[in-house]
Amino acid sequence: MFPEIGHFALILALVVSLCQGSASLYGAAKQNKDLITLSRPLAHTQSLFVLIAFACLVYSFVSDDFSVLYVASNSQLALPLLFKVSAVWGAHEGSLLLWVLILSTWTTLVCLFSKNLPDIFSSRVIGVLGFLNFGFILFTLFTSNPFERIFPSPLDGNDLNPLLQDIGLAIHPPILYVGYVGFAVAYAFAISAMLSEKLDKNWAKWTRPWTTAAWLFLTIGIALGSWWAYYELGWGGWWFWDPVENASFMPWLIGTALIHSLAVTEKRGVFISWTLLLSVSAFSLSLLGTFLVRSGILISVHAFATDPERGLFILIFLISVIGGALLLYAKKASDLDKKVGFGALSRETFLLLNNVLLVIATILILLGTLAPLVLEVFNMGKISIGAPWFEIAMLVPMIPLLILVTMGMHSLWIKDSSFNLYKKLRSPLGIATLVGIVIPTFYYGRSGLLLLIGSTISIWIIISSLLSLRSSWKNNQGRFHINRSVAGMSIAHLGLGVFVFGVTIVSSFGVETDRGFSLGDQISVAGYEYKLNSIESIKGPNYEAIEADISVFDGSELISHLRPQKRTYLVQKSPMTEAAILAKWNKDLFVALGDSLGNDSWSIRIQYKPMVRWIWLGCLIMALGGLIAISDKRYRR
Amino acid sequence: MKKHYLPILFFLAIMPIFFIGMDRDKSVLPSPLIGEKIPQFSLPSLINSELQIDSSELLNNTFLFNVWATWCVGCLEEHDFLMKLSESNEIPIVGLNWRDNHNDALAWLRDYGNPYTIIAEDVSGRVAIDWGVYGAPESFLVNSNGIIIHKHLGPLDDDIWERDFSRAIINDAN
Amino acid sequence: MKPRQQRMLAVGLSLSGLIIAAILTFKAFEENMMFFITITDVVENNKAPIDREFRVGGLVVSDSITRETGSLTMSFILTDNRNQLTVNYTGVLPDLFREGQGVVAIGKLNQNVFIADTILAKHDENYMPPEVIDSLKDHVAETKEGY
Repeated sequence: MFPEIGHFALILALVVSLCQGSASLYGAAKQNKDLITLSRPLAHTQSLFVLIAFACLVYSFVSDDFSVLYVASNSQLALPLLFKVSAVWGAHEGSLLLWVLILSTWTTLVCLFSKNLPDIFSSRVIGVLGFLNFGFILFTLFTSNPFERIFPSPLDGNDLNPLLQDIGLAIHPPILYVGYVGFAVAYAFAISAMLSEKLDKNWAKWTRPWTTAAWLFLTIGIALGSWWAYYELGWGGWWFWDPVENASFMPWLIGTALIHSLAVTEKRGVFISWTLLLSVSAFSLSLLGTFLVRSGILISVHAFATDPERGLFILIFLISVIGGALLLYAKKASDLDKKVGFGALSRETFLLLNNVLLVIATILILLGTLAPLVLEVFNMGKISIGAPWFEIAMLVPMIPLLILVTMGMHSLWIKDSSFNLYKKLRSPLGIATLVGIVIPTFYYGRSGLLLLIGSTISIWIIISSLLSLRSSWKNNQGRFHINRSVAGMSIAHLGLGVFVFGVTIVSSFGVETDRGFSLGDQISVAGYEYKLNSIESIKGPNYEAIEADISVFDGSELISHLRPQKRTYLVQKSPMTEAAILAKWNKDLFVALGDSLGNDSWSIRIQYKPMVRWIWLGCLIMALGGLIAISDKRYRR
Repeated sequence: MKKHYLPILFFLAIMPIFFIGMDRDKSVLPSPLIGEKIPQFSLPSLINSELQIDSSELLNNTFLFNVWATWCVGCLEEHDFLMKLSESNEIPIVGLNWRDNHNDALAWLRDYGNPYTIIAEDVSGRVAIDWGVYGAPESFLVNSNGIIIHKHLGPLDDDIWERDFSRAIINDAN
Repeated sequence: MKPRQQRMLAVGLSLSGLIIAAILTFKAFEENMMFFITITDVVENNKAPIDREFRVGGLVVSDSITRETGSLTMSFILTDNRNQLTVNYTGVLPDLFREGQGVVAIGKLNQNVFIADTILAKHDENYMPPEVIDSLKDHVAETKEGY
């Protein structure tokens, strides 16, 4: 019963979204008041139907309705309740429905918080979002219907992929999608702006909080994915430059560029056409990422089960959404750029450089991601581009970018003097150089050019961000006033500094090693002693496991017992490594159990990861900065 | 200004790559065994454990070799079709019960019906490896000389049977 | 310096910086490009690059996994159903490494033995790395032409 209701609700949502799109856009074009007033109710109706459809699918999972093929393929009776819910987006069909739900939710929010914008403008935005959702719902219904029944229905399901039975991956996709899909709002605002008769910088002010919101979710989503890959895949890295990871990193880079160029456009009215192009590109890269992941066109360990028909649909959708927007841009953008002067040394210049460098970084990643595909298409052999290339290539734009961060933060709009800037930045730089050399050389006992550059720059960024944060507080006749835009910007940059520091230390001093242990063996890795005490079998709700007990000693002091497991999930019979991690603020000790080597000896992977937590902590601080910036009062008027 | 056309030109330039890339259909997995003799095996029968099924006994008759398990949802999906196929007496169906629980498998056949002429029980999954099984369900069409003439990955249905299997049988007869 | 000259200097400096960066990037690209080579090409056609890492893919042959008790080093045979290649590997294997499974190995060739430093197997029962599928397909195509 419920699956049919859900299916029907989704069909209704499809019809309503088409009405929403055409009524709003046509109404705005003809300046027809009646149609324009229809746009919000239609959008809400559409969202309601999508919500019903999604709720029905969740209900089917929670109630173990294995007569639904998708439920039977991705759940089972013994699955814990939390994972029954997260299994809803555990595979292609359901995750697409989640995507639709999130787009509807963004649409609803836009409807609610855009009442002070001109009617015609907001109506266009709602119309564009309606058409986007129409495309996605159509895709869901025709190629990936999650409500399909199976007869006769199985008594038990096939279980969720064991890799996904983890809290990190339960929440990672929704948050990542909120980010991806959020750029659809920026896209819709840009389209609406380009369709306007008169395009001015007001548009930048309206779209800014939405863009920042999407960006902050994308930041958290990517950080969660990285964290999950770190502890669950057991490979001990935090970023692998896998095509799927790159697919999420490219929109993030462009989104970051967009946030910065929006700041200039709003404040100074320059770069309007460039900002429009970035708005369109951020969402285009999100879609491209989806296409690459779901069409199976690229080789990745994270890719979904693939289906060429789906790929073709997404490709056509991609061409209409991106191609249409770029065509509109080509026609409209030429008469936008006003001549507004600014000095060679000014905040405008730094933000422009920021944009150039971020776009270079994106292009490099795009190049590395697509190169294997291009070579194969032209029959020039099968290649892959390894992580080392990305690591080297990223240094090219990133080092100058990081150096410019502090200068950009502390320079003035329109025109600044080099003396003024030097005065503000010399003491932070002095302290940063000192600390940046002392910490690696004396605390960790090694130095090197890249290492010193990395630690100095990151500390420089941290100190200047704190100074800038301090300047956002004004004590106005006994009343405390905080400029939240400045505070948010400073905190986001503080997060960047923390992130870079973590990356620098962990990549220079991290240790990874595979060792063979016999029972009772004690082995020393990076200054810590590991002793294998026992190996025993245990039983979980839907898996069996062997668990090792390993004592960790710092010198002669016992600091922890780590219990890594090797699980075998009963239904899919698939093995899974569950690493055990001793996480401290300044280091991780990571132990994963490998295979039996015979004769009571086992292979065990041991890693020492100093400052690795700072990587994700930095991302969270960046997102927090975004949150504070959105809460600035001027967006609520 | 012409420079605003650059983004769309760039976009149009990379699109063909995706179109061509899409053409590399990865859903069809040709078995390296097609055109080869079936791999030898000798396994206990699922229904009567004392009986050994030897691959050589299967020869001299065209048959469908179907890999299934109770934990596999796709197997249930194609079960209706297999029942119909078995009732039509068109072709004998040899089942390979793959990495399964013995009692679950018997209960499954009792509940849903048994379309198989005989079923070999492959608890360890070793025979499936020899046959190059990617996953369940998977079906192999074997001719009377013991040569594999077609293979399908995923649930069977009427369309696939008509389109691929019936044609393969006819082609083979010619 | 006049503003005009200043601008020329700035443009000139950034341009040369960009060119150097671009050259370094592409050089690194060349060096980090890793070819996927089929087992048949390695064994019959001597196409394996010397002193450079590459990827091979195939199925792990049944009963071919051997290791000395207690040692992290193991060896197994990889096949594309036409030729076989012995692979040596030291370290912890991925979860889904097993006989009959399609895997990709990254490493170098040393006197007809492939010394792998990384073994990839996907975390999905029904998954076969696309590279492996292609190399198996290639072989099928060849045998069909042979008829």
